[in-house]
Amino acid sequence: MIDSSKALPIVIRGLTKKYGSLYALDSVDLDVSSGEFLTLLGPSGSGKTTLLMAIAGFNRPDSGSIRFGDTEMILAPPHRREVGMVFQNYALFPHMTVAENIAFPLKLRRIGSKESRQRVDEALSTVQLSDLGGRRIDQLSGGQMQRVALARAFVFRPRILLMDEPLSALDKKLREQMQIELKQLHRKLGVTTVYVTHDQREALTMSDRIAVINHGRFEQIETPQAIYNAPANPFVADFIGESAMLPMKRNSSGDLFYQDLLIASGYSELSGEEWLLVIRPERLFAVQDSTPASDQTIIFTGVITEFVYQGETAFALVSISDQHNLSIRFGTDSSGSQNLMRNGDTLRLGLKRSETIIIPKPST
Amino acid sequence: MGFWKKPASETQITHGDRLWLYVVALVIMLLLIIPTVIVVPMSFSDSQYLEFPPSHWSLRWYEEYFDSAKWIRSTMTSFQIGVLTMLVATPLGTMAAYALYVSEHRAARTIFVFLITPMIVPVILIAIGTFYVFGQLGLNNTIGGLVLAHTSLATPLVMIIITAALRTYDLNQERVARSLGASRLKAFFLITLPQIRFSILTAALLSFLTSFDEVIISIFISGGVNATLTKQMFSALRDYIDPTIAAISTIMVFISTTLLLATQFFKARQEKK
Amino acid sequence: MLLGLAAPSILIIIAVIMIPLGWLFYLSLIGKGGEFSLVNYQKMIEYKSYARVYLTTFEVSFLTTLVCILIGYPLAYFLAQLPQRMAGIFMLTVLLPFWTSLLVRTYAWLVLLQKKGLLNEFAIQIGLWETPVKLVHNMTGTLIGMAHIMLPFLVLPLYGAMRRIEPDLMRAAANLGAKPVQVFWKVFFPMSLPGMVAGSLIVFVLCLGFYVTPAVLGGGRVVMVATQITAILENQFNWGAASALGVVLLIATLIILYLAGRLLKLDNVLFGRN
Repeated sequence: MIDSSKALPIVIRGLTKKYGSLYALDSVDLDVSSGEFLTLLGPSGSGKTTLLMAIAGFNRPDSGSIRFGDTEMILAPPHRREVGMVFQNYALFPHMTVAENIAFPLKLRRIGSKESRQRVDEALSTVQLSDLGGRRIDQLSGGQMQRVALARAFVFRPRILLMDEPLSALDKKLREQMQIELKQLHRKLGVTTVYVTHDQREALTMSDRIAVINHGRFEQIETPQAIYNAPANPFVADFIGESAMLPMKRNSSGDLFYQDLLIASGYSELSGEEWLLVIRPERLFAVQDSTPASDQTIIFTGVITEFVYQGETAFALVSISDQHNLSIRFGTDSSGSQNLMRNGDTLRLGLKRSETIIIPKPST
Repeated sequence: MGFWKKPASETQITHGDRLWLYVVALVIMLLLIIPTVIVVPMSFSDSQYLEFPPSHWSLRWYEEYFDSAKWIRSTMTSFQIGVLTMLVATPLGTMAAYALYVSEHRAARTIFVFLITPMIVPVILIAIGTFYVFGQLGLNNTIGGLVLAHTSLATPLVMIIITAALRTYDLNQERVARSLGASRLKAFFLITLPQIRFSILTAALLSFLTSFDEVIISIFISGGVNATLTKQMFSALRDYIDPTIAAISTIMVFISTTLLLATQFFKARQEKK
Repeated sequence: MLLGLAAPSILIIIAVIMIPLGWLFYLSLIGKGGEFSLVNYQKMIEYKSYARVYLTTFEVSFLTTLVCILIGYPLAYFLAQLPQRMAGIFMLTVLLPFWTSLLVRTYAWLVLLQKKGLLNEFAIQIGLWETPVKLVHNMTGTLIGMAHIMLPFLVLPLYGAMRRIEPDLMRAAANLGAKPVQVFWKVFFPMSLPGMVAGSLIVFVLCLGFYVTPAVLGGGRVVMVATQITAILENQFNWGAASALGVVLLIATLIILYLAGRLLKLDNVLFGRN
């Protein structure tokens, strides 16, 4: 079986890449530990693909350093970097069969045909395509091509694996299945993996850590839980998961208020007068009219502007002020009490203080 | 020297490593262009004999050309035939291209291949074939006969160009127009035509050139009063090497270049949209 | 019906191509006295001169195609590596000869290849040879002229095919360990072959029926089918013989195209060219 041999850590320092006057990468630093699965997550144009290509050697950064372990790689040509790479459109060689595609890197490394055949078979069975060695590429489905591209990328036992949105061409169901399979593969191979995607759900599912990137800079690099529960700034809060953001002002005692609701205290030491309250919709719950606010719970009062019954869930858009809405989704119960809610009804929403996410409002 | 270290392709090979390719390509391009444009300086040579480089410069061959009733008449004939060919082949080819592209009929494919045949059949056969048939019908040495023959060469060309243009064009726009009440004809003229107009212009110019530059068929079926410029040039080349040909060639190169640059201009405008 | 729009074009093709070809076929079957006979075809098999004509024709076509491949492939490759805009500009050096009358180009070569012509003078100056070499009115001149005329027919489809090769394939090959030279031979070249074969075919078939350039640059020494047909018509007005030669040429052309069509999808070539 594939042995999880040593993986290499990646150390990136001060990497900059300009196209004209546009900074695709703006002096970025990144550490990927040996065997880690790190995702570069960002919108299009954020620089994530540029960074991946720089690691693979397909563009020449203007300055900075890229080390694999102790070796500086910044000037190394792509064919000497020994990284496995899966391209977005798979880039399988159409004039070769599946087996020949996978054997390609082995032949280049002068591995004999007997061992080569063995390793190809091993790789095929790892991606569950054991009998497809003789097929031509145009006879494969999207999911099969994906797996062949993968097999080709790890068959020569690279110690770093790069993937450029490999699942984006697949349909939803297949994509979710492949996400799980990729994770399993990663665990089996133990290879340092850098994964690029714009799909935050995918990033949350698969990664050991996520590096959120925007405009050529990293916004936050942390575990999925940390990023979800404690986003560092509005961009991250908005990009990952759904959220509502309410502006807060600080008074002289260091208390943060949304309009006249006390949200949090103890912010006198930190700088900045304006703050944002990030609310994940699933943390909100409907509250009985009689329940008062307390130390643990904040209560928002609002008017339902949209109420949609959707079978096992119901969705309500609640206007809590002229400018702000909160959305809440809740399961319906058999008593159908939610059926009685209508547009125009008053609804009180509760949020536990422990589940508030507070970030400073950036000066624009 | 930074350029030579820059990567030149996906494999990150540098421009410097590829210098040999650039030199070879340059040489080949020169070899392509020089014979095409060498007639230009030659035409200004004073000498009776074909020589390059010219020892003395003069405009005498141009004078010979413009003074010669024969040459001017054949030039006019070629122009006339060229324009007529353009006016016939362009609509015909465009209609065929549109019809075959849009139609879902099984026969469309076959008809397309059928209409390409003038490009596949050796031109010499078209030449002698039409020579014989036109001879029987009295169409030899007539403007009409030549236009007919040249149109058969130009129409497939127009068809190919317009088909390529239609491929990059979203046909749904026509469907929308028709759903809004336009007939197919109106939809084509009001919506599609303006958007492929540059390709149509290119096709028109190239069909003119096809006719104007055409040699073999013209040798056979044009003659006498209605001899084309190319026929006369060919006779002049075979029988006695008349340096006037250099002057005429220059003019032809000039026409080709102008029309070619016009089509490039059109292409750029088409792609800007 | 929509297809009716194609009718005028169909009519013209029938009138100018199909009917004359039909007549030629018919004429080839008419003997000296006006009766049906295969005598024209028989003569072709009997007379050695006819065989030689076909041999010459295939020889010239084959050599021209070869030269075009050797010169055209590097040029197409160079153009395909350039960014779109620059490629368009350099492509003019291919398009200009393409759209210049072949008479002009043939005439230019006539002048260039003379004993006192530019090529001889240049070669002597740089020391390639010492006395002027006979470069025209022979096979050499014919080949040079025809290669020059045919080159765009190879370069254009080949260029189109090369442009359609996905750049990620080169990256994948390099990433997997292939040096740039290996990337070319193992991935790029095999994928460019269909385009090259298509272009070569076009060149070969065009050469078979070519008249003007061999007539002028060959000086009567390079007798190809087209030249022979013309000579027969001019000197003997023997339609039987001329049309028989033509019919065989047509059939040879069609066979070659059919075989090639089986090997490739010609559609892509035709549609991709412009």
